[in-house]
Amino acid sequence: MAAICSLFIINKSGGLIFYKDYGSAGRMDTNDSLRVASLWHSMHAISQQLSPTVGCSGIELLEADTFDLHCFQSLTGTKFFVVCEPGALHMEALLKVIYELYTDYVLKNPFYEMEMPIRCELFDLNLSQAVQKDRVALLGR
Amino acid sequence: MYMFNRNGVCLFYREWNRPLRTLNPQQDHKLMFGLLFSLKSSPLRWIPPDEGNLGVPQLPGQGCSFHSFCTNTYKFSFMESPSGIKIILITHPMTGDLREALKYIYSLYVEYVAKNPLYAPGTPIRRANLEWQVRTMVIG
Repeated sequence: MAAICSLFIINKSGGLIFYKDYGSAGRMDTNDSLRVASLWHSMHAISQQLSPTVGCSGIELLEADTFDLHCFQSLTGTKFFVVCEPGALHMEALLKVIYELYTDYVLKNPFYEMEMPIRCELFDLNLSQAVQKDRVALLGR
Repeated sequence: MYMFNRNGVCLFYREWNRPLRTLNPQQDHKLMFGLLFSLKSSPLRWIPPDEGNLGVPQLPGQGCSFHSFCTNTYKFSFMESPSGIKIILITHPMTGDLREALKYIYSLYVEYVAKNPLYAPGTPIRRANLEWQVRTMVIG
């Protein structure tokens, strides 16, 4: 049973540049995924405002009854977040791996324009491999 | 700690250790309630049941109920009662699951406020007993 349900990547202005879902439940059409991505971007920003101390970098983990949401924000403001089953482990590590794949296959691609939707085959391929490996490792534990 | 009713009126607010204050209290309450409302409402049904009706307003208690989120500087825990009373606790990020504590605070609310015949629902709470009990619970 897979732990990860979907992956979103949003650029620093809050636009969705990549969306992939892995679970059978939670499948969203394009409009819904765009809406959800911009919502998340705004909420992330608001949560930084509400911090009682300095140095808040936004929501990293959101827990609900039916899912968990892990978010990773890079230094440039690009946000990677995964929706997964409650209590899923090692999502932060997975997010870091996805970030590395992003820098390798997307940013180093000379035809990729910044802040545009990602359409790189190699990125998709390696991403599927990474998620598959994570799933296998999860089952193996 | 914040307590809101279903219309967004802040009924109770106490702070014990808050070094940074970016906004004035009114705006702070509004922002907090707004964030909570957006997080709770239907667009966040990321594992939705078969119909995916985004944008439909929900009754209190319906839909997926998130209970907390963490950032690197604070943890936000939340509980909503069936009557729409929302209790929020902002704590250190390493705090464990606070749902029991929130339930206890709600029981204090029921005990001291809801059962008070002189309390008009929707007005801010000024009950000294409630404040004292909450303080004891938090600091003790």
